[in-house]
Amino acid sequence: MSAYVTKSPWVVHYDGSSCNGCDIEVLACLTPMYDVERFGIINCGNPKHADVFLVTGSVNEQNKGIVKQIYEQMPEPKVVVAVGICACSGGIFKDCYNVLGGVDQVIPVDAYVPGCAARPEAIIDAVVKGLGVLQAKRDAMLEQKPAEEAPAEEAVEETAEAVEEVKEEGGEE
Amino acid sequence: MGKRTIIPFGPQHPVLPEPIHLDLVLEDETVVEAIPSIGYIHRGLEKLCEIKDFNQMVYVIERICGICSFGHGWGAVASMEGAMGVQAPERAEYLRTILHELGRVHSHLLWLGLLADGFGFESLFNHCWRIRETVLDLFEKNTGGRVIFSICKVGGMRKDISNENLKEMKEVLEGLKAEIKEITDVFINDASVQNRMVGVGVLTKEEAEELCAVGPVARASGVPQDIRMTDNHGVYGKLGFEPVLEEAGDCMARTVVRIREVFQSIDLISAAIDQIPDGPVDMKVPNKIEGEYITRMEQPRGEAFYYAKGAGTKFLKRMRVRTPTNMNIPAMVKTLAGADLADVPMLVLTIDPCISCTER
Ligand code: SF4
Repeated sequence: MSAYVTKSPWVVHYDGSSCNGCDIEVLACLTPMYDVERFGIINCGNPKHADVFLVTGSVNEQNKGIVKQIYEQMPEPKVVVAVGICACSGGIFKDCYNVLGGVDQVIPVDAYVPGCAARPEAIIDAVVKGLGVLQAKRDAMLEQKPAEEAPAEEAVEETAEAVEEVKEEGGEE
Repeated sequence: MGKRTIIPFGPQHPVLPEPIHLDLVLEDETVVEAIPSIGYIHRGLEKLCEIKDFNQMVYVIERICGICSFGHGWGAVASMEGAMGVQAPERAEYLRTILHELGRVHSHLLWLGLLADGFGFESLFNHCWRIRETVLDLFEKNTGGRVIFSICKVGGMRKDISNENLKEMKEVLEGLKAEIKEITDVFINDASVQNRMVGVGVLTKEEAEELCAVGPVARASGVPQDIRMTDNHGVYGKLGFEPVLEEAGDCMARTVVRIREVFQSIDLISAAIDQIPDGPVDMKVPNKIEGEYITRMEQPRGEAFYYAKGAGTKFLKRMRVRTPTNMNIPAMVKTLAGADLADVPMLVLTIDPCISCTER
């Protein structure tokens, strides 16, 4: 499984309170000039299908719930990339009354992309970095698993035995 | 009468690069009412004028929107220059006009792509964005930035663009025309595109006037409203500008207006490059700002309004911007009522919504 996910992660993009500059650069990564789609990196609209969460723009009172919600809807393991200086720290809008700051105020961020606007090369670079983090997170999850997984395997064996028994019984009848 | 259902649309939605939320009240498949709710992207940047001086404020205003960033920067600069009573050198005005029109080409191509994506024509989306990259390369070569340029300043331009570069820009754009035509012909002639857009979301001339629609939305309904005609900014008066008009008022007309404007902008750029005088691009301006001034600009999405009031120091007392999408939302809500649910993305997209402009 890891071979597929780490090479072709799906991303979901949400615009916090960005100026669009970074959003169109995120889209530019996907279109023919940079074309990350040829590696199978797809921008999907559904957080439940996504591995990487690209956030542009800072968070504010109105959207922080939504950022959190999207993050929670994504399956584990997941990686968050903050795109643009706004998403990193609030940037030029840091002092605005309606800006709480960077995205890391509400959700944990794994990679930061500097720049205003962030350049597509930098965004791609950060996503690639994020893949390393994704792999590490997956490994960590797998390491934790065995204790939990053991009963699951037993259960499978038990079911298999039960099936056999039923078959045998069926045969006898 | 069917049962009423409410479908939430946004703030995170595949066709929307930006967050806006609509509550769509449905009766079967028909939208009876659309209730917009905004505020997801509000930053409150106008208030920054209290802590950032007028030179810094230009960069803040430029970041209202990354798509028409040059236009916003210019609008802010024009209102501040007006308040100071200074006039930028002529070459600077020409350069501003050229870059502003180049921004329009980039914005409309971007929008055409998003529209194609909206009705599920992926390859068309990618072609539009491929062509747009050529325009971005021109920007990058001449200003240093791809989407945010920071080249416009009070009193002129931060740096000059050499005549050779301008000549090259003209050649590249003229060469691009054929490619753009190939793509835009698909929008106009393809049967599946026509099925999605012809006769959908009609806004009559009276409605457009009554709801104060601006920009391509108004012009697609036959309202000759374009601030570039008034010659209060740039050198449009010298370039023989005529607004692009369509009569039908449907989604197709709004698309055709923008397609024709792409070619018109390229012609305007070529004309400006032919006429551009030599000379300085920058001048000294006072270090404090007094008085107040209102200016209007034709952004790719329509009329924008800028108001600057100086505090007698290097700070502004008030900076106010009103952006085109703000004015087009009533028109959008009007066309949404009575539409099919499947047409909602088309209707939302054809006003070319720019939410970060609207909420600032
Ligand atoms: S970092 Fe700059 S370009 Fe990106 S969203 Fe913020 S202001 Fe816009």
